[in-house]
Amino acid sequence: MKFAGMRDQQLLRYNRQILLPQIDIIGQQKLLDSTVMIVGIGGLGSPVAMYLAAMGVGHLVLVDHDVVEISNLQRQIIYDTESLGQAKVIAAQKKLQTLNPEIRISPFQNQFESLNIEQMKAVDLLIDCSDNFTTRFAINAACVQNNIPLVSGAAIRLSGQIVVFINQKNTPCYRCLYPDSEQEAETCTENGVLAPLVGVIGSMQAIEAVKVLLSIGKPLYGKLLLFEAQSMQWRKINLSKDPACPVCSLPGQR
Amino acid sequence: MMTIKVKFFASLREEVERSEVDLKPQGEMTVAQVWALACQDMPLPEHILSAVNLEYVSADTAVKDGDEVAFFPPVTGG
Repeated sequence: MKFAGMRDQQLLRYNRQILLPQIDIIGQQKLLDSTVMIVGIGGLGSPVAMYLAAMGVGHLVLVDHDVVEISNLQRQIIYDTESLGQAKVIAAQKKLQTLNPEIRISPFQNQFESLNIEQMKAVDLLIDCSDNFTTRFAINAACVQNNIPLVSGAAIRLSGQIVVFINQKNTPCYRCLYPDSEQEAETCTENGVLAPLVGVIGSMQAIEAVKVLLSIGKPLYGKLLLFEAQSMQWRKINLSKDPACPVCSLPGQR
Repeated sequence: MMTIKVKFFASLREEVERSEVDLKPQGEMTVAQVWALACQDMPLPEHILSAVNLEYVSADTAVKDGDEVAFFPPVTGG
């Protein structure tokens, strides 16, 4: 049996997931060869980045313009008290490289909107862990344009949402779901958020990311999962494409 | 008489001060009318999304006996 060039240490490190028939050696090699961009290294981005790094996703591109503040530490578990005042992407890189020195991390201390197209080219999958609609709409447009699958998560107070978008005929994009309204977004700064909630939603984003990368099972393509921690209720809503969507339904986009 | 189960998600639970309610309206209604009946004539805010029987629908969709109508706001915290 060929081990696709993986060294003994790697086979040991990833043994518990290589044992899964859904992953196996081939899937592990695919993870090692994958590039995933994570936008927003906060409450959701922390578990997403840590799980993907631990699992051996070969190249993680981290995008966040912020620095670590003390009010982040209650839920942004990738940081510790020593990270205060540091750029989030740099503090996160340090933690992830300690967790798994075998992978590559590319930190961008920028707003997503200021990245250029070259930085999107090698990206196999994007995970939206951002905290505002402007960034979410920009991410969606870039993913539609560059044909990048998008795993979107959001959480506030005791409620969360997850949805996966792929740029295919008859499947919706983020913009089909949310019209680009002037509606002010609620923020965790003003409304608060239960720490483990972002762990739940972020972990589910990491699961969906692995499923999409390795074509495992049925990712939440065009399905919005709503979660209420208060009652522990889930609802899975089937979304539909907006035939008049200015992002994914314009002539030339299809 | 029909029975319609209405569910509110995320911040709506606090805004309308309930997580679910069963309605027994006379005759057919749209999703927007279900909202109005459940929320004491408060108009359906533009940004609120709705689903009938777990299918995303627009507010003018007709609702039938036994349907579950869910209302949920966009959420963006990360």
